[in-house]
Amino acid sequence: MRCYVCFEEILPEVTWSTFLLPQKVKKICYGCERQFEHIVPACPKCGRPDSTGLCFDCERWGMEQEDPLEQNVALYQYNDFAKDWVARWKYRGDYELLQSLECQLRSLFQKTEWDTYALVPVPLSGGRLVERGFNQSEAIIQSLGQKSTNLLRRTGTEKQSKKQRRARVASSNPFSMIDPIYTPVVLVDDIYTTGTTIRHAASLLKQSGCPQVFSLTLFR
Amino acid sequence: MNPHAGKLYLHHELSPDERTSPTFTKIPSIEKLRFGYRCNRCGKQKTYRFGNMPHSTCGQNCRYCRHCIQMGRVMECEPLYSGSSYVEWPRYEDVLQWDGQLTVAQQRGADAIVHAMTKGEAELLVWAVCGAGKTEMLFPGLAFSLESGKRVCLATPRADVVRELVPRLRVAFPDVVIQGLYGDSPDKGTDASFIVATTHQLLRYASAFDVMIIDEMDAFPFHHEESLQFAAKRAAKPGATRIYLTATPRKKEKWRVRLKKLPVIFIPKRFHGHPLPVPKLQLNPTLPYHMKRKQLPASIVNAIVEQQQTARQLLVFLPSVQMTEWVAEVLESHSLHAEQVHAGDPERIEKVTSFREKKASLLLTTTILERGVTFPSVDVFVIDAGHQVFDEAALVQIAGRAGRSPDDPDGDVSFYHAGKTNAMLDAHDSIVKMNKLGKGR
Ligand SMILES: [Zn+2]
Ligand SMILES: [Zn+2]
Ligand SMILES: [Zn+2]
Ligand SMILES: [Zn+2]
Repeated sequence: MRCYVCFEEILPEVTWSTFLLPQKVKKICYGCERQFEHIVPACPKCGRPDSTGLCFDCERWGMEQEDPLEQNVALYQYNDFAKDWVARWKYRGDYELLQSLECQLRSLFQKTEWDTYALVPVPLSGGRLVERGFNQSEAIIQSLGQKSTNLLRRTGTEKQSKKQRRARVASSNPFSMIDPIYTPVVLVDDIYTTGTTIRHAASLLKQSGCPQVFSLTLFR
Repeated sequence: MNPHAGKLYLHHELSPDERTSPTFTKIPSIEKLRFGYRCNRCGKQKTYRFGNMPHSTCGQNCRYCRHCIQMGRVMECEPLYSGSSYVEWPRYEDVLQWDGQLTVAQQRGADAIVHAMTKGEAELLVWAVCGAGKTEMLFPGLAFSLESGKRVCLATPRADVVRELVPRLRVAFPDVVIQGLYGDSPDKGTDASFIVATTHQLLRYASAFDVMIIDEMDAFPFHHEESLQFAAKRAAKPGATRIYLTATPRKKEKWRVRLKKLPVIFIPKRFHGHPLPVPKLQLNPTLPYHMKRKQLPASIVNAIVEQQQTARQLLVFLPSVQMTEWVAEVLESHSLHAEQVHAGDPERIEKVTSFREKKASLLLTTTILERGVTFPSVDVFVIDAGHQVFDEAALVQIAGRAGRSPDDPDGDVSFYHAGKTNAMLDAHDSIVKMNKLGKGR
């Protein structure tokens, strides 16, 4: 087995659990894996690192109106190594790089007990989809071994990354509903930055009758 | 002029009109071989370098190359587009405006290069010691090629070298359009008849150049990265002349020289005519014991203290970044202040400049400064010279940092070790041999 990040050979660590559950074998070498940072302690609501209680952002979301999002869970911190990883995966389009996180992602998902909920990908606009050739949220859902439920359509553009946070929070909702849903939902995306994108999608889902919205991201 | 001459494009880099234009020949991007596949942009064949993805554009599960993806994704379902290389390049007149003088040794090198180019010979290895003045040696050959309407590429594995060479070449060849290409280079044009580029950029060319010069061919990452060698070969036209410059050829080239498969010209003399400083191998059996405790033996500390009383600056090469950190602390406890530099250091360029301006007298470095940098008057120590990062080429290059200036052509080069390695002995012997060869000429 080769590391999906650096292509170096990984010496297999054979234990009873890897023997019985082959999907538990990590597809990343130790040297690469340790460059990702876990999120401890984290904001219980959005998973923001270095926060013992509810973080400032989440508190503010609750003040202005009822927060449409119940909870976000993320795998790792969005550090420099993660930024390079995302650049290669999403912008260069190295689809299979996600395999390096598959095993870790699956065990995180198991801990959440969200496996009966619908997994909803955050959609890309048509232009972005052609550029990259795949949707990152759907790739994550597939890597979890789950089926994605497409409930949302993107009407606006993604060109938000350069805008200030304030402008982003105030910007209008770039999504519209395809179908309503009346059971809990897990929104899936690659990065949770300010939470605006996810909350836009969440509020739309709740308005059309969804009781609870959670979210799962690779990085926070 | 044709902006696409000799260029190799991915599907998405061209407009639909361009894709159907007769300027381009379509070639399969990922080819099925009898066993496995080959990416025709980077030449990789290893199965684990390929990935599969559900490709939304064509609706299939498509193979792509994971190896060269930093330069854009090569998809199996989309061809590569090769721009025609039949273009009339300008024939410059009186192109070389350099009024320097080549030394006798440099002139021999220059003559051999011109000869290879006029005769259209396939290959020439220019084996010139560190400090021989390789760049100037190229001038007559470059002038000949540019005056006879040839397209020339000077490629090197290191972006620093491109950055340093382009301004010097623009001064020597003021009328020539010279484009310097590396990862985030400011030059966006790629269609000049004289290209100076990192070897990575050659992945974007096919049958483009009549003359391909590869400087520092033995340097990282070119010598151990097959796909760069593949790209360098593909970027040259069939029948092109290839010139390799190096002070420390690798086994493969030395072997080909020995078998007379690769023509070679030795330039064993530095431009100032003085011999290379010969490294002293300093045995220190307690070195590993001290290093384990993040300490240095007293004899090494004393040697550094004593060196610092002299007029020369000191470069200390260490095997790891981590070691530069604790060695700096050890020296600090002896009231010696040392600057540190390593590959990932964002202030690398500034630190090197300030050392060159003599703002510091002691610099601790990893192998990142083994080549390409010149300081006029330094002594050079290598601590833990037996470490595997110090191979023969690295040690010869490191020793070559000393005695670069005609005003101070000597320097103390010491390899501190706990047991001689072949790399150390080979480096020592090859320097002695070059000095012997240099004496006769
Ligand atoms: Zn790895
Ligand atoms: Zn929070
Ligand atoms: Zn490739
Ligand atoms: Zn396809």
